[in-house]
Amino acid sequence: MFVTAAYAAGAEEAAEIAFPPFDSTTFASQILWLVITFGLFYLFMSRVVLPRIGSILETRRDRIAQDLNEANRLKEEADQAFATYEQELAEARSKAHEIAQAARDAAKADADAERARVEADVAGKLEKAEAEIALVKNKALAEVDTIAAETAAAIVSQLVGGTVTKAKLNAAVKAAAEGGE
Amino acid sequence: MSNNPIEQFQLSKLIPIEVGGVDFSFTNSSLFMVATVAVASAFLFLTTSNRGMVPGRMQSISEMGYEFVAAMLRDGAGSGGMRFFPMVFSLFMFVLVANLLGMFPYFFTVTSHIIVTFVLALLVIGTVVVYGFYKHGLSFLKLFVPSGVPIYLMPLVVFIEIISFLSRPISLSVRLFANMLAGHITLKVFAGFVTSLGAMGALGIGGAILPLVMAVALTGLEFLVAFLQAYVFAVLTCMYLNDALHPGH
Repeated sequence: MFVTAAYAAGAEEAAEIAFPPFDSTTFASQILWLVITFGLFYLFMSRVVLPRIGSILETRRDRIAQDLNEANRLKEEADQAFATYEQELAEARSKAHEIAQAARDAAKADADAERARVEADVAGKLEKAEAEIALVKNKALAEVDTIAAETAAAIVSQLVGGTVTKAKLNAAVKAAAEGGE
Repeated sequence: MSNNPIEQFQLSKLIPIEVGGVDFSFTNSSLFMVATVAVASAFLFLTTSNRGMVPGRMQSISEMGYEFVAAMLRDGAGSGGMRFFPMVFSLFMFVLVANLLGMFPYFFTVTSHIIVTFVLALLVIGTVVVYGFYKHGLSFLKLFVPSGVPIYLMPLVVFIEIISFLSRPISLSVRLFANMLAGHITLKVFAGFVTSLGAMGALGIGGAILPLVMAVALTGLEFLVAFLQAYVFAVLTCMYLNDALHPGH
């Protein structure tokens, strides 16, 4: 036993008679001290300890709920930012497509215009050349008569001696040219 | 230290007090009641004084005790039973710490005296009766009249219900008291075998091994019983409080 039995010595023989838990002479004292100690314990628990532990748990629960809310809010924000990014990306992509298309169209138009210009240029030069050729040809053809008349005059003067008037020659050349045709 | 296994339950007066011929002495039992309250209060108070958002080990133990009893009460008596939480928690902690303190050699076990457990049981039953009548008036008596019983069986059933209700404080207190008493007596008897056999020479020492092993095993078992009986006491308290809150079956 923890403490030397002060009255266990006197109750050594009494212990043989009364089993301690059933010894009613000790009941009053045990009840009194139990009521005092348990009452104080109850008061201390209900006033100090339990509200304190309760508030600790409450605070933690609130904090966790708050953190979860915050996390949800941030997640929503991130989702929204992602959606915006997606949309902007799609817009940029379509815009880029448009720009590319426009550039392609412009380049094509330029090329077409250039080709048309070059073609027109070439055609112009061709026409000019043809006109020159025609001119030269006409000139040459016109001179053929003169050359023929001069040649005829020379032949006549060689064969007959004397001269033939230019007018007669020209008429004869013309008649020959017409008859030979 | 005698070999008498009963002597450990003997009360001794530390401060003799007598009022009007009645003995109110401060005894070793009173000392251990004070010790129980002091140890439990100090532990619960000091471990939670940091109010840590992230609890340390000791704070976790206090919080676990709180949530353990709270869950027990909520399961047993519904959320309306939470008004009795301080009482159930105090009972559980008091019984648990008293039982565990009793496991120290030479320490007195407060709960090994029937009068202590009986007063605690009366507190529970008294609360049930007072709160039951306060809350439900006479309809609290429906507790004794289960619904759906044939009318000719009713007197018998009511009689049985009343007997079972009246036996509650007795069973509640005797269960705790008898468990603690029997456990300590058994331990003491086996430990006594060890010493008395050991005194008989070489052969006796060999023979003392078995009771020694038994004593060690029983010590482990007694720790389990110390917790289990506190738990059972608290669970039954919750169930009885449930009757006060919801008297209809």
